[in-house]
Amino acid sequence: MSDFLLEIGLEEVPARMIAGAEAELGRRVKELLTRERLLAPEAKLTTYSTPRRLAVLVEGVLAAQADAEEQLTGPSWKVAFKDGAATAAAEAFAKKAGVAVTALKKVTTAKGEYVGVTVKREGVGATQLLAGELPKEVLGLYWAKNMYWRAGKPERFVRPVRWVVAMLDTAVVPLEIAGIAAGNATRGHRVLHGSAAIVLASATSYQEALRTAKVIVDVAERRYVIRKALDKATRSVAGARWREDELLLETVVHLTEWPSVILGDFDREYLTLPEEVLVTVMRDHQKYFAVEDAHSKLAPHFLAVLNTETDAEGAAIIRHGNARVLTARFKDARFFWEFDQKTPLTERVESLKHVTFHKELGSYAWKTEQNLRVTRELAAVVKAAGVAFDEAALLKAVELAKTDLTTELVKEFTELQGMIGGLYARAQGLGERVALAIYEQYTPGSTEDNIPVSVEGQLLGLADRIQTIVAMFGIGLRPTGSKDPFALRRTGNGVIKILAESDLELTLDGIYSAIRAISDGSKDTFNEVQAFLGERVKSYLMEVRGFAYDVVNAVTSAGSIVVSTEVTLGAENVRHTIARAEALTAARGSEDFVAVAAAFKRIKNILRQAEEKGFTLGSPNSVELVAEAQALWDAARKLTPQVAVLRERRAYGEALALIATLRPAVDAFFDKVMVLDPDVQVRGAHLGLIDEVLRGFSGIADFGEIVTP
Amino acid sequence: MLISINLPGKSDAALLIKSVLSSIEREFPVPTTESTAALQSSALTFQELLFRLQSFWADRGCVLQQPYDVEVGAGTMAPETFLRVLGPKPYRVGYAQPSRRPADGRYGENPNRLFKHTQFQLILKPPPVNVQELYLQSLEAIGIDLSKHDLKFEEDNWEWPAGGAWGVGWQVMLDGLEITQFTYFQQCGGMDLDPICAELTYGLERIAAFLQDVDSIYEIVWARDPETGAPVTYGEVRLAEELQFSVYNFEEADVAKLWEHFNLFEAEAKALLGKADGLFASETATAGEKQRFPLLATYELALKCSNLFNVLDARGAISVTERVGVIGRIRALAVGVARAYAAQQAA
Repeated sequence: MSDFLLEIGLEEVPARMIAGAEAELGRRVKELLTRERLLAPEAKLTTYSTPRRLAVLVEGVLAAQADAEEQLTGPSWKVAFKDGAATAAAEAFAKKAGVAVTALKKVTTAKGEYVGVTVKREGVGATQLLAGELPKEVLGLYWAKNMYWRAGKPERFVRPVRWVVAMLDTAVVPLEIAGIAAGNATRGHRVLHGSAAIVLASATSYQEALRTAKVIVDVAERRYVIRKALDKATRSVAGARWREDELLLETVVHLTEWPSVILGDFDREYLTLPEEVLVTVMRDHQKYFAVEDAHSKLAPHFLAVLNTETDAEGAAIIRHGNARVLTARFKDARFFWEFDQKTPLTERVESLKHVTFHKELGSYAWKTEQNLRVTRELAAVVKAAGVAFDEAALLKAVELAKTDLTTELVKEFTELQGMIGGLYARAQGLGERVALAIYEQYTPGSTEDNIPVSVEGQLLGLADRIQTIVAMFGIGLRPTGSKDPFALRRTGNGVIKILAESDLELTLDGIYSAIRAISDGSKDTFNEVQAFLGERVKSYLMEVRGFAYDVVNAVTSAGSIVVSTEVTLGAENVRHTIARAEALTAARGSEDFVAVAAAFKRIKNILRQAEEKGFTLGSPNSVELVAEAQALWDAARKLTPQVAVLRERRAYGEALALIATLRPAVDAFFDKVMVLDPDVQVRGAHLGLIDEVLRGFSGIADFGEIVTP
Repeated sequence: MLISINLPGKSDAALLIKSVLSSIEREFPVPTTESTAALQSSALTFQELLFRLQSFWADRGCVLQQPYDVEVGAGTMAPETFLRVLGPKPYRVGYAQPSRRPADGRYGENPNRLFKHTQFQLILKPPPVNVQELYLQSLEAIGIDLSKHDLKFEEDNWEWPAGGAWGVGWQVMLDGLEITQFTYFQQCGGMDLDPICAELTYGLERIAAFLQDVDSIYEIVWARDPETGAPVTYGEVRLAEELQFSVYNFEEADVAKLWEHFNLFEAEAKALLGKADGLFASETATAGEKQRFPLLATYELALKCSNLFNVLDARGAISVTERVGVIGRIRALAVGVARAYAAQQAA
């Protein structure tokens, strides 16, 4: 049993691509070894990476493939041997199999007698196989963006390959990747170790050899080291904590080989700038962690993760240098902040004419006008439902919502659009309601985000998103397949999330009525938007709420299966759709309910067949029903109004429990009654009966969609 | 003035300067005949910084060129880069390039932003395998002791759409400051490069401010009197230019005339490109006829258009809808020249 090490030495790989590539390399090596029967059952595979290397260590590689026997079958015996003598066909087969003609044997199969031979396949050695196969696997790695570097452009990779280590125990595996012959020498930290080669004694000495060369190759270990170092550096400020930031942590983990942390300071005067701006500068521009005091307020410190370790003198220099850069950036931000204040948001409305929303549609001044129209409609609906909000503040917020696009601060920090407008609105005394609505207009940014806290913010966010969707659909830019360049699905998700998680008492129908205010009257666009938002509801229920797909299908198609629809998705508050899905999910645990659901599916199928055959539905009262049919009819007539009342009260769980009590009657009915009776009158009555049952109980969910065991 | 920092107590800047000094001495023993003034006043002056970079790369086989004498937005646009990277011929060149970004002007009021900054531009075609190590040595050569600093290569890809040029690479971060853009050119003029080249762009003002530890570009010591040690600052050399060009670019530039200039330069460039198309497609034209065709002059006309566009843009004279169209016109010229140039080289 051997240990195999592969290390690809690279110029600095982009941090965002490393984790994926490391995992893929591990997977490819494992698949290769498995495919080639070189992986011992107890083998252990470990992957490593730093900005300058990707590595895999496999402990438990077989020295060679096991020898194998293979049974080959050739031409039919009669063709191969004529009168006991080998024919040309036998000779050819023997040659192909690499054996003498005398080694050929007769094999009898179901189809007759054939020439056969057992050949031994000698296992190939691991070294030979790896040398031949591994380079293809490495060069097959996926990179979001890659490059050429060698003359003649023989291959593309993320960055130039500068060295390769490939060792089976202590021996070099003679392979070549991108023109680099593998060896047993790796390289250490650029500065702390320098360019001297580190010769590895064996594959398993990899991790420790690099540690002495100031490289931690294990990603989890670096993450741990950075966390501890952040803790330690922060302890020098009493009561302080560093602000947790998973994404930033992953970035710095993949930017370092030998991480350490320094805590630096900035002048307290910058704390008068909005925290959002300070944190964005630190996190996005400088990759620093923010520090907060015991009251979770931003403190005038930052934490920089270094890719080195240095003495006190070096630390002082590095701290000073980083603080200088940060201060310059803060100074810029303050300059922009003060400069922008010279032109209040209210004076920027006019200049939105010069900011393009979309070249085929118009400017942000145009969009603002459209947003206002949608907002007025939404406001009317919500007001009618008795929701309290400040309408004047809302309209003001909509009018000013996009004006921050003309500010220097947003040009500098585009990711803060909306927030900066809100901060300016507050600073300019436009009122808290106005400021908050502008601030929150882009939340939720993702399905994990919270929705705006203010009703004005919710309505502004809805109006803005709806307008975007309708306008983009109007010029044919609806998302298709994997193509969604304007992120309209995310925009739609935002609409549904606000509807589902706010107290707006707003339905999709309410949204549709608002759309009419800006629609060009195109029926197609309207229908497409309607279908699109319906899809977003389903997506929300599954991906955000975690409901099973059949439950989602059942509750979103409820009521639409029969001609007369009582509950349509559009007319319902998304919250109630969620409540129905919850009740249905709970009811699935009841055996009686599942049985009834199965029966409803059967009813649907029978009705569909009946329709195809052109059978007419009659009244259940038109003939004398058999006892079981009469019993079901009685039970259904008794329960229908009760279920309707419960449904009206949104007591969906109780309603479903009540429906489940139909089970004995339903079971007996299908047991004893032939629904499609040859007698037209009787058949019509039966069909009418099950149709009534289906209609009466399908208002909560289309049980036919439920997948039953 | 040199050490103006916010930190209390024993200053980190003093430590910084000490370390810079010691590293300079180690790497570059200063001849005794040289004035001690520069040494006493510590970090490299702006012009010494340029000298060091030039001599470092000259010692490694680079041609030292002078700044290109037509307005450009970046060293990449000078023909020593934009045209030299085309074709198979190896080339190594370095030059300082004053680079104009009219919209970035701040009337000389912002300590970190300039209308015209200076790049030290380096093209290594093809890139040597140890190009990163050479780059690190160049940092040592300008007095940066890497053992006392934090250095990272962070992904930063570059493109100049109007030139049909792009590459992948890094921004080199030193103690949180971007000091160099390092790019492996992949395409230029819309054509794949083979061999590719490495482009290193040092931001001289930033590096000088860092080395001298000053908070404003205008406080950078550009030169020192060898006798007295008296400094001449960046502000003394360039502040008036920053102010006046901001006034011109933002207030005074005559939009109608700029457009006229633009159209004239464009028309002439287009006419020449039309001729070039005919010439390089011709079966009968001789290699000599092809080689004497003035593509370098055509390229200058394209550069003029590019700069005029930037001034018009700073002046607020280009609407968003126009923008894409005008960039397309410049692209047609730049890419047209690049293609013709490649054909000319092959002739």
